[in-house]
Amino acid sequence: MDEQKLRLVYRVKPMDLASAGSVSSQIKVELQRSGIEDDVVRRVGIICFEAEMNMILYSVGGKLKVEVNSDKVEIFAEDEGPGIEDLNAAMEPGFSTAPPWAQDYGFGAGMGFPNMKLNSDVLEVDSKPGTGTKIRSVVYRRNTDETC
Amino acid sequence: MKLAEIIGTLNLRIFTPGIVGFEDVEIKGGYVSDLLSDVIASLAKGDIWITIQKHFNIVAVAKLKDAGAILITKGFEPDKNTIDKANEEGVILLGTELGTFEITGKLYNLLKYGESK
Repeated sequence: MDEQKLRLVYRVKPMDLASAGSVSSQIKVELQRSGIEDDVVRRVGIICFEAEMNMILYSVGGKLKVEVNSDKVEIFAEDEGPGIEDLNAAMEPGFSTAPPWAQDYGFGAGMGFPNMKLNSDVLEVDSKPGTGTKIRSVVYRRNTDETC
Repeated sequence: MKLAEIIGTLNLRIFTPGIVGFEDVEIKGGYVSDLLSDVIASLAKGDIWITIQKHFNIVAVAKLKDAGAILITKGFEPDKNTIDKANEEGVILLGTELGTFEITGKLYNLLKYGESK
């Protein structure tokens, strides 16, 4: 059975540094409240935080959606543009196109996608310049040993 | 080691004295970085996070990673928004006049050998 237990949807606004991290914090609290395993909450929290930060810093805004099922948590991050110029480069640790002001705040370490990858069991990123970026990440709630 | 002992020994400033029970938080280690994603990748639960960053978003990062406390170095002071947010989220904010290198050395010795030298 793959009965869906919880579904969360949040809007992420561009350039809204003042509330940056608030969406992923709320997601973390909701998951903890639902009794999701600590390690799964930790990993989903990191993935959501990085996705949220990417949307705030680089996109024109988008949505962050989390679906909890009995066997997995799925995270969908979809923005409305402008898309990623070089996706292969973006996946490389240390690569960043963050503007200097963002780097002064400690953003743009070039670890956003690497952190997402590290904490996901499945990570799919679809992006083209001119269109938006779609990310699907899966964290399994069981058999975590197999993925380590 | 209890946070109260660390604060007392290293003469740290407390920006969030209103957080209930902060003195008794148990600290086993620390992590030093000013890059938020690096902290997200590597800080262990309960660590003190030592940084020069003092803006609003450090609270979200510390909360996300269940940091034991944030220690802001070089005499930098967080603004009221950051302190308010930290109080709201229960994230302990500490400060020191010392630079990151010096305070990290002292804290390392304190945690490892029981004295700050």
